[in-house]
Amino acid sequence: MKIIVPIKRVIDPYVSIRVKSDNTGVETDNVKMSMNPFCEIAVEEAIRLKESGKADEIIAVSVGNQTCQETIRTALAMGADRGIHILVDQTVEPLAIAKILSKIIEEEKPGLVISGKQAIDGDNNQTGQMLAALTDMPQGTFASKIEIEGEKIKVTREVDGGLQTINLNMPAIITTDLRLNEPRYASLPNIMKAKKKPIDQKTPEDFGVDVTPRLKILKVVEPPKRQAGIKVKSISELVDKLKNEAGVI
Amino acid sequence: MTSLFFIEHSNGKISDQSLKAISATKDFGEDVHGIIAGSGIESAIEEASKINGLSKLIHIDNDDFNHILAEKITSAIIDISENYNYFCAAATTTGKNIMPRIAAKLDVSQISEIIGVESADTFIRTIYAGNAIATVQSSDAKKVLTIRPTAYKAAEMNSGPCDIEKINPENIPNISEYIGEELTKSDRPELTSAKIIISGGRGMQNGENFKLLDRVAAKLGAAVGASRAAVDAGFVPNDYQVGQTGKVVAPELYIAVGISGAIQHLAGMKDSKIIVAINKDAEAPIFDVADYGLVADLFQVLPELEEAI
Repeated sequence: MKIIVPIKRVIDPYVSIRVKSDNTGVETDNVKMSMNPFCEIAVEEAIRLKESGKADEIIAVSVGNQTCQETIRTALAMGADRGIHILVDQTVEPLAIAKILSKIIEEEKPGLVISGKQAIDGDNNQTGQMLAALTDMPQGTFASKIEIEGEKIKVTREVDGGLQTINLNMPAIITTDLRLNEPRYASLPNIMKAKKKPIDQKTPEDFGVDVTPRLKILKVVEPPKRQAGIKVKSISELVDKLKNEAGVI
Repeated sequence: MTSLFFIEHSNGKISDQSLKAISATKDFGEDVHGIIAGSGIESAIEEASKINGLSKLIHIDNDDFNHILAEKITSAIIDISENYNYFCAAATTTGKNIMPRIAAKLDVSQISEIIGVESADTFIRTIYAGNAIATVQSSDAKKVLTIRPTAYKAAEMNSGPCDIEKINPENIPNISEYIGEELTKSDRPELTSAKIIISGGRGMQNGENFKLLDRVAAKLGAAVGASRAAVDAGFVPNDYQVGQTGKVVAPELYIAVGISGAIQHLAGMKDSKIIVAINKDAEAPIFDVADYGLVADLFQVLPELEEAI
């Protein structure tokens, strides 16, 4: 079975975000970039399925500019077998990414697609669900546990009130939540080996997908700053303030 | 044309999240229809039919919809999609699961977790874990949106019901199956609807110590939450998590105990009315957003707090 893992290159989660002074977006020049944390979890889960003999090939796919090759190399160093890079310089919305991925699925016929539940830049949380819609596959979103049983996959999902379990026909689309696994670090020998693994480069035109955005970002601003309040010295002072000043208890 | 809002319910009650999020639909300047799914849900239907602003309630009266699966509900909504130009739901795990599937079927770019409506085609949403706020204009004829409930007040209730129409969708896909759920049992209110929340972080040291928070919460009628650090450390389950990757909350009072205030946690709670921080590190960033800060050892002051209220 093949597994396709779509991955995204984003601003590193530990970098503080700066809004551009012309309010057109967020500063990305000379900022450290990393693989989206939920995508790392997706790569890790695919590798674990391969290690347990349930999968035999992992294909990491990324849509974006030339630097996405580095992110694909990271996935290859973790244990993916080959990469597909869709070269495009503009911002691509989840719908267009899902369309490109659906074409790759037609060609590669994977048994499973595992993606992150959301990217930490746009916070859209859409691509996996959209891909499932376009391929008419079932979706197991926000997964904290997956178990392949024959032609089906049992998915434990993180829902608002706790955990939900569903059973999906395969092929299926899974999106990862935090507790699915803890991603490994690539070892130095594996980083060296990854340099020899193949990355196929394509463009959206190769798949006949129009990536023109449907949404226009009119402006991006900083959120209103919350003012720091006062320090209290004791619990009795705190309770007094909450009762008599704030009136919240 | 008309808006269609997906209404969630459980145990015979409409979800608070849906009641809040539906308030955004009146800004679209359109007629609003609600859609609710499941069989034997009379009391939920009665409540939903009285939501102020709804002109019609569509009821999918079918056992297949007693637990919402994205594949089935998408098919049912697409069947009636010709009549609508807005499709929306609260940005809950259910809303986030189903709406992008509907959007892709309609060939539309979804706008996720809006916190404001500027005009019929322009919406406000947060990006980068709440570190930036974007104003986004959609060029799609049909709009698909999820709405962040904490940005809105719950809709009021009318005295009488609106029109109710039963539908029974055909050709429902059978590629997914509900097995069961394991809901966290608690006597406390739910995090997303609680007026007071007390949350613990890595400073709690272990899961056992969360009992200290439980006791304060019991006295305040508060919900108990946690930072991602506390969840990652295995102190409490993930559904306790407040933050960009967990739940976004905005209670009247938020008490952060032993939480340093990582960006991703602040994104989930900084719209709370009053924030209290208790931390022994006076330099912790949580104090930058707190209305009242107490630099102290939480193990010493939590029992005092329990005593004092």
